[in-house]
Formats: sequence, C-alpha cells, structure tokens
Amino acid sequence: MTTVAAKPATMAQALTRALRDAMAEDPSVHVMGEDVGTLGGVFRITDGLAAEFGEDRCTDTPLAEAGILGTAVGMAMYGLRPVVEMQFDAFAYPAFEQLVSHVARMRNRTRGRMPLPLTLRIPYGGGIGGVEHHSDSSEAYYMATPGLHVVTPATVPDAYGLLRAAIASDDPVVLLEPKRLYWSKDSWDPERPTAVEPLGRAVVRRSGRSATLITYGPSVPVCMEAAEAARAEGWDLEVVDLRSLVPFDDETVCASVRRTGRAVVVHESGGFGGPGGEIAARVTERCFHHLEAPVLRVAGFDLPYPPPMLERHHLPGVDRILDAVGRLQWEAES
Amino acid sequence: MTVMEQRGAYRPTPPPAWQPRTDPAPLLPDAEPYRVLGTERADAADPELLRRLHAELVKGRRYNAQATALTKQGRLAVYPSSTGQEACEIAAALVLEERDWLFPSYRDTLAVVARGVDPVETLTLLRGDWHTGYDPHEHRVAPLSTPLATQLPHAVGLAHAARLKGDDVVALAMVGDGGTSEGDFHEALNFAAVWRAPVVFLVQNNGFAISVPLAKQTAAPSLAHKAVGYGMPGRLVDGNDAAAMHEVLADAVRHARAGGGPTLVEAITYRVEAHTNADDATRYRGDAEVETWKGHDPVVLLERELTRRGLLDDDRAAAVRRDAEAMAADLRARMNRDPVLDPMDLFDHVYAEPTPQLLEQREQLRAELAAEAESEAGPGTGSGAGGTQR
Repeated sequence: MTTVAAKPATMAQALTRALRDAMAEDPSVHVMGEDVGTLGGVFRITDGLAAEFGEDRCTDTPLAEAGILGTAVGMAMYGLRPVVEMQFDAFAYPAFEQLVSHVARMRNRTRGRMPLPLTLRIPYGGGIGGVEHHSDSSEAYYMATPGLHVVTPATVPDAYGLLRAAIASDDPVVLLEPKRLYWSKDSWDPERPTAVEPLGRAVVRRSGRSATLITYGPSVPVCMEAAEAARAEGWDLEVVDLRSLVPFDDETVCASVRRTGRAVVVHESGGFGGPGGEIAARVTERCFHHLEAPVLRVAGFDLPYPPPMLERHHLPGVDRILDAVGRLQWEAES
Repeated sequence: MTVMEQRGAYRPTPPPAWQPRTDPAPLLPDAEPYRVLGTERADAADPELLRRLHAELVKGRRYNAQATALTKQGRLAVYPSSTGQEACEIAAALVLEERDWLFPSYRDTLAVVARGVDPVETLTLLRGDWHTGYDPHEHRVAPLSTPLATQLPHAVGLAHAARLKGDDVVALAMVGDGGTSEGDFHEALNFAAVWRAPVVFLVQNNGFAISVPLAKQTAAPSLAHKAVGYGMPGRLVDGNDAAAMHEVLADAVRHARAGGGPTLVEAITYRVEAHTNADDATRYRGDAEVETWKGHDPVVLLERELTRRGLLDDDRAAAVRRDAEAMAADLRARMNRDPVLDPMDLFDHVYAEPTPQLLEQREQLRAELAAEAESEAGPGTGSGAGGTQR
C-alpha cells in the first residue's frame, strides 16, 4: 500500500479524495447533508466539493435527517447515486425509519426492479471528548437491518477504498467513519489511490500464533497496540480488521481462529446485544473443535455513552484487552 | 463593567430591516372547498373530460366492490377501500402525463390501476404473494407505501433529481389526513418548497385515521392552511366533485411543470367503508354521518351533471357499466387462480448478490423443502431414509 511518492495523509483527506474522485468520474454522484456545502461539513470531509462541482452536486439541505435520507431515496429512484452525510452518529436516528422501512427494503420489495444505490456516511464512536449525543456506536442497529451493507474503515487507504466501493455498489451501504481516526495518518499517495476493494472482506492486520483479536473501526489501532504490549507477556496476537460487518467475512475470521485456537472480540459498542455476541456465536459454531477457550468479548459497558470526562473508563483499552487475553485458559498449555 | 457603565458606551443601531420572505396572502386556501359540479362553473367543463371521469369513477367503484369481495373469499389478506373517494383517486391518475410519477399510499390502489398498472399486480401487496407486484419504472408508479407519509420525501427527491437532469417530470404524492401529523409530511413539504421541486401533494381528508377523527389530529384551520407555513400555495377542494378535483390537480401540476414549485391540495371527502375489512367502523361513528355523505356521492354528483347536459343516455350508461363489469370479471377470474410461489425467491433480492450468509440459508431452506417433498411423497418411495438427517 505504500508507494515511493507516498506522503502522510489523514483519513479525512482520503475520504474527501474518494468523494471527489467518485464525483469526477460519475455525474450521477450527489453529496447531500447538513453543512456539507459552503462549510465543507463539520469534519470538513466535503471540503471544496461544492466549489468544484456546484451546489447542485454538493447540497446543503434543511436540517432534517429523515428528509435528507427520504429525498435521497427519491433521487436514487431516478437514477442518481446520492451520498448522504449524517453529521453525527446520534443525529442519524431521525432517519432510521427511512433507512429500515425503505432504503433497506426497496430492492427486495420490488424484486430487484428498483435498487437504491445510496451511501450513508455516519461519523461514529467516541474518544474525541464529545458531549452527549456525539459518541454513539450505533452499528448493531444497522447490522440488524437486512438489506444494508455496513462497513467501517480503520486505516487511511481503507477509508478511500471502502468509500469508493460503497458509492460504486448498487446496494445501499452504511459507511461508519470512526471519527477519532479522522486525523490519523498513514503513508498514502492521493495521486495513486488504493484499488477499490470489494465490500465484505476482512483483513489480517497483524499475524500471530497465540490468539486472534477480532475487531473493526476505532478499536483496530487499540488492538494493534495491545498486540505489541502482549509480546512482553509472551503472547503473539493476531489482529483481524473486519472492515465489513455486513456481509460478514466468516472465511477470514474462522481461518485465523482455527490457526490460533483462541479469540477475543473487541468493540466500543455495548456488549449486550452488540456485534460481539453475533461474532462470538459465529466463531463458536464454526470453529468449536479448534477452540482452546470460550470466545471472549471486550466491549463498551451497557450504558448510555458516558460524559467526556468519564469516557476513558468506558472505552475498551489495552489493559482490558490484555486482561481478556489472559483469561483464555492458558493453563491448559502448560 | 456594570450594566449602567456599559450604557454610556452603548450605541444602539437598528437591526437589519425585516420583511416577510413570501407574501402569505396568495398562498392561503379559499374559504370554501372549490366546487364545479352543481355550480355555474359546470357549464364550462369539457364534456369529453366529464364522460371520461364518469367511466373511470364507475369502474373504480366496481373495482373497490370487487376487491372487498375478494377479501371475503380469502383471496386478499386485507383491503383498504377507497369507496366514496373515487373522484380523488381517478383525478390524481388522470392529471399526470406518462413521464410523470405517482407516489401512492396503501389506500390508493385505485389511482394505481387508473394509471394503467395491472390490477392483479397492484393487489400483490394485499394478496400477500410479494410486496410490490409491478415494475415501478414501467408506469412510473412508486410502490404502495404502508408507513404513512414516508413516501412523500421520495416524491420530492425524485422530482428534484428529474429537474437536476433537465427532465420535465412532475411527481404527485398522495397521503391521508392522519398522515399529515407525521414528521415526514412536514419534512417533505419543507424540502419541496426550499428546492422548488415540481411536486403536488394531495391530502385526501376522508375524516378518519382508522378511528381517530380529524379534530384529534390537528388544530389547524384546515390541512390546506399548513401549506402557508412552508411557503407554498394551499388549495381546498371538494374531493367528491370529480370535475373540481381534476381542475385543481391539473392546475397544480401545470404550476409545478412551469417551475412554480409545489402545491398542497386538501380534498374534502369521506371514507364510506371501514378502514379495512378487518375494521369495525360502528365503534367510532354513527350511520347518520355515513348516510349524509352518501348523499354527496362522487358518482351520483357526476351523473346528475352529465344527465343535465344530455351527455349520459341509457345506452352510454349501460356501456360504462358493461366495461366495469368486464374489468371486475377479469380481476375475479385472475385473482381466483392461486399465485405461483417459489420460496427460493426469498433470497434473490435482498442484495444485488446474495451474501455468503444468505447463500447458506438458501441451501438450508432448499434442503428443508426437499425433505418436505420426500415425506409428502410418503414411505416406500425409495430414498426416504435419513432425509432430514443432520
């Protein structure tokens, strides 16, 4: 992924570049949302798009999330490819009915005659010191809605690749953008962007033999850090970055767990009814005879997202991950 | 610094001049619902249009009766009838050009049929063999929307997209009085007005949202008055007067086509039947009220006018009835055939390509169906052993 000319770029820049490239290639791509035009979005992801492509292609809408997504549905019905920005995770909830009752169902309802090629970008997760309603991990709601793809990048190149793939998809895609990684940097050459990955493939971020950390989005760097720290304990951890929650890449995940025999699922979202339960069940059903210990979960607590001064206690950190790894019944080894 | 100290240095300036952003007066609906039939305006109505409306209304009434009968025969799971509202349904379909789009709610199957969609395909949702039975692009009719008012922003987005592409397309979106309380009604009207989208919103105020009367739904002077708050014209019209309905909706479509933006039309009508065949209307309204409205019946009002002008003789009336009966007979015959179901279809249209998980589940169902078929074939047919083994 690194080229000679590569310079450090942020995830935010990669996302902006993805939007710009998609709009330049395909006149049917339209960006819409609150403050996405003149301001360039509160996170500046749409910076410069209204100036370059005009306000008809990058549109400041009225402040009404159901209306934004609802009108985007109509635009997609007429052959456009809307890319909708929700300002924050918890501000996307008014659009939930449009998402569940129409976006996710239109293809199925019409036997494939009216697909909706629509991308819904949602900044999500905590760790930025946001006050109430600015730090939710809402992926479980979207995962539980058949008809949606749900993807989330953890690296700069993936941010570009997943957003391009989402826009190119003929299905609706919810792209969850880990907002605390917006300013993370990576060697990435915007003039030679990464090939667009097909949606639905996980990737092994770090190879290891002792146990697998299964994670995604904002928790990927935390798991990478935990894997480094685990070396001191004598554990060689593998880290799988799911990238796509729907479809779920059973193949990559299970291949890893069969190799290591132990697994911990890590995410910020609450544990009860959260993605980790589904993932642990899938791994157990498929890898039972390879498992040396139950699949464990390290998740956010089951509480409304805490106020910023307390959020560090809520977010899964290196220590909590290593504690879980320590409980993977190593005594059987000795 | 205290407030008193500040006062000395404080130089008041007048705020920027304020003026209303739109003159509200031309947006206000008339004091009375607009009527044509039974007024002097009727003389100016086009005879061919009146005859066409009459033929469609009679057919529409017959269609409603036939669909209701199909529920009693178990051929439809449920049917929300538009009996008494035929003038609204027919006018909505007739004012649109082929290239325009219709956005119906679940009670608007008659408008969908009048637009040219096959009645059997229209009733697929209510028969229950799939959700949307027709191709929305073929007749430019969006799927029947069950969650109230959620289809209104779709109409706005589609009309907006068409205008961005330079296409001359108007969207007409239908909703009931209850639906005007939904948030999506508000958001759709606001977006439409801000974008000046070529949309016509038709509210059929039929008096009830299932059992809840309008007085418990809104305190607005009329639903048409709501238009003013969005900066679009509101029109109030007698929804049982087919000529008035056609004129008002055609005006609104023309206005939208010319770039004038959206219009909100409130049609005053009445739901003569219960909400659906599963509802008991006697629990919330009296017969007297229903009888009053039957005295203002859309078909009778139109027939009276046609007769007065000598446009409807016995031969013509008989021909119209024959057409309606033929439509009903065809619908009956085709709905009495069992739909062909393929359970494997369940997995085909969730995504463009089924996910690996759906492929697994499809195989599971295929195996279950094979085992079922084998056990139905009975013992002694050979390969029965272990058919459902795990």
